[in-house]
Amino acid sequence: MSAVIENHHDDHHHGPAKGLTRWLYTTNHKDIGTLYLWFSFAMFLIGGAMAMVIRAELFQPGMQIVEPEFYNQMITLHGLIMIFGGVMPAFVGLANWLVPMMIGAPDMALPRMNNLSFWILPFAFFILLSSLFMEGGAPNFGWTFYAPLSTTYAPPSVTFFIFSVHIMGASSIMGAINVVVTIMNMRAPGVGLMKMPLFVWSWLITAYLLIAVMPVLAGAVTMMLMDIHFGTSFFNAAGGGDPVLFQHIFWFFGHPEVYIMILPAFGIVSHIIETFSRKQLFGYSSMVWAMLSIAILSFVVWAHHMFTVGLPLAAELFFMWATMLIAVPTGVKVFNWIATMFRGSITFETPMLFACAFVVLFTMGGFSGLMLAITPADFQYHDTYFVVAHFHYVLVPGAIFSIMAAVYYWIPKWCGNMYDERLGKLHFWLSFIGVNVTFFPQHFIGLAGMPRRYPDYALQFADWNMVSTVGAFLFGVSQILFLFIVVKTVMGGKKATDQVWEGARGLEWTVASPAPYHTFTTPPKID
Amino acid sequence: MSTQNYYVPDQSRFPIFMAVSLFLLVMGASSTINNLGDADNNSVYILYAGFLSLFTTLFFWFRQVIKEHLAGLDSNQLKTSYVYGMAWFIFSEVMFFAAFFGALFYVRNFAVPWLGGVGEKGIGVAALDLWDGFESAWPLIETPDKGAAYKDTGFTSMSWPGFDKALTWLPLWNTIVLLSSSLTVHHAHVGLKNGNRKQFNVWLGVTVTLAVIFVFLQAAEYYEAYTHYGLTLNSGIYGSTFFMLTGFHGFHVMMGGIMLGIMLARSLYAGHFEDHDHFGFEAASWYWHFVDVVWVMLFLFVYIL
Repeated sequence: MSAVIENHHDDHHHGPAKGLTRWLYTTNHKDIGTLYLWFSFAMFLIGGAMAMVIRAELFQPGMQIVEPEFYNQMITLHGLIMIFGGVMPAFVGLANWLVPMMIGAPDMALPRMNNLSFWILPFAFFILLSSLFMEGGAPNFGWTFYAPLSTTYAPPSVTFFIFSVHIMGASSIMGAINVVVTIMNMRAPGVGLMKMPLFVWSWLITAYLLIAVMPVLAGAVTMMLMDIHFGTSFFNAAGGGDPVLFQHIFWFFGHPEVYIMILPAFGIVSHIIETFSRKQLFGYSSMVWAMLSIAILSFVVWAHHMFTVGLPLAAELFFMWATMLIAVPTGVKVFNWIATMFRGSITFETPMLFACAFVVLFTMGGFSGLMLAITPADFQYHDTYFVVAHFHYVLVPGAIFSIMAAVYYWIPKWCGNMYDERLGKLHFWLSFIGVNVTFFPQHFIGLAGMPRRYPDYALQFADWNMVSTVGAFLFGVSQILFLFIVVKTVMGGKKATDQVWEGARGLEWTVASPAPYHTFTTPPKID
Repeated sequence: MSTQNYYVPDQSRFPIFMAVSLFLLVMGASSTINNLGDADNNSVYILYAGFLSLFTTLFFWFRQVIKEHLAGLDSNQLKTSYVYGMAWFIFSEVMFFAAFFGALFYVRNFAVPWLGGVGEKGIGVAALDLWDGFESAWPLIETPDKGAAYKDTGFTSMSWPGFDKALTWLPLWNTIVLLSSSLTVHHAHVGLKNGNRKQFNVWLGVTVTLAVIFVFLQAAEYYEAYTHYGLTLNSGIYGSTFFMLTGFHGFHVMMGGIMLGIMLARSLYAGHFEDHDHFGFEAASWYWHFVDVVWVMLFLFVYIL
């Protein structure tokens, strides 16, 4: 019984295939990582352009540029694209590039499925974006798609939205299974669990969260589909269901989802701070346990998004305390980063600047989160710009700064060239100023009572909204500079050494720069 | 640790074909569903094309994987990857069902009682005076709103009918069929491990037969529900949870039955599987046990309690 495999070669040291088929048919983790990263950058720019539409409309009170209906489509698509198309694929791309190299594996565990996970995404987002041109317009119910806005009152394109979420979810689940299996099964001999680089740990936990909650999201959109088209009444009280049930199911997915978008950032920042402080991380195992605690707690805090929908008092109290508990492991992490920097020989290259900004600004986002966790206070803050300021602080200078830091930190390993340090620093300072000018004033207008998701507002919010819009355009334009820096680095530049950074440790720095197409075909020796 | 290198396949066309199939499938499904009342709409053919290319791609993809395995390319480490991959896939399926069970528990314990004015929250709901005279109960035979959208209320529920009628109660027979199929598939597995090919084939054949019987009984139950019991998807939250939970379970039974059927065909016609090397079959049998456990939960929480 010896079947002949036609396209089998024992020799895997050959380089990439030529032309377009290299990218369409590839099974190489580095190629797929690159695809993910460029895709997420494209989505980041599209979602960013939508943010510019939103901020331009809010520059002054009154309706200026777009119709309210289109404004609603912009806020919905901005959220969906940034989360599912920007941040998540960027982290999966980094996992693809880095996890196999960090654990001394030849590739991801299931390379063909890896390709499938990526190539579903362009189709899914094509469907989502094409809904802009459908009758009745794109989804307009906010990225959280609460019923009955997303069921009874939804535009017809909601069906396309539902199925696009389905295949995005399939892509995420397959990608996450691949990461988990790679980490559990492909570590080189000697890379014990508690010797894994923190980025690998952070992704192991993230992937677990993804596998646990993406199917729940699939369940939620399936119930929506049935309610809209087939007469069920999951989210309709007239039939014995409950619209609040939608919120419970959605946030059971949604809260772990926000940790999915921040845990890999924790891993990245830990590596960068360690390298540029030229010290070992202050407490490795406490970092691991902190991430595990955050992941487990993330399953029992979902209703803090719903304090004002009329939960029983016992639920309000439970979810308040459980949420506050998350501050403990998060505090462990922040103190760890600071203690790592303490008495280190620190230099501030661009990745380190982004990492330091991450620590400070993410902590601020965490503090406003703590304010929102207090149930009675949340009755005031709920659905105001304070909430918008909070989650943009954890997502933009949190998740996105960490992705940018990772790009600057590892790009010499990816393409063999150093980026332009002067331009990198310029990009950092423009982004840093832009992000704070955009989002800091939103705390003020939120506390003053400006509701989110409206295209118009009362006169007393005018000044800070204008400031916020100026900041948003500064931040938006500086990302064109980022694109320029990345392209310039890929095209050429000073050659990088194998170790790249003086203080860098880990298996990925032992291979050549740029990393060869196939690394660790045989497992490396580790002491 | 195996000395053999981990097999990293070369470029492959399967994934992109699969992605295109999924694209056709969801585009076809979306536009078919959006135009359900429109007889002139032909988007269902996109859906068919999607299904056709999906199954074709799956067939050739799996054939390739099996060929590689038979050619001895899979190191022990790679085999472990498949084992872990299947285990995590089943975990994701568990979470999918958890969403629907969660919905069932929520409406039974909170939403329906509150609508009926029970408890502190219920007093607030009752004060709104939306649906006069609505009383909470489970199974919820009468929905709060008796309007045209809920035309199929007043149905007979599928719950436990009492011992005198137990023998004519289909869910009991479904349970017996599915539970015994878990035993038969295990018996087949034992036969394979002992190198007894005949035991394997016979008991796997019995399992597949039981799977087919289950699906037929389930279809009969749905037919009864729609024609005699008056229970449909439009029957309010009881119908919603009943049909979605049992429907997705039935769909998974079909998937599992097809998987086991393919394993049977591989054994009968190609002589695949060795006593120490048969993860393809083992994965399908894991899936089968998973489907069985979901049924036990369904039987308890949908039919009995």
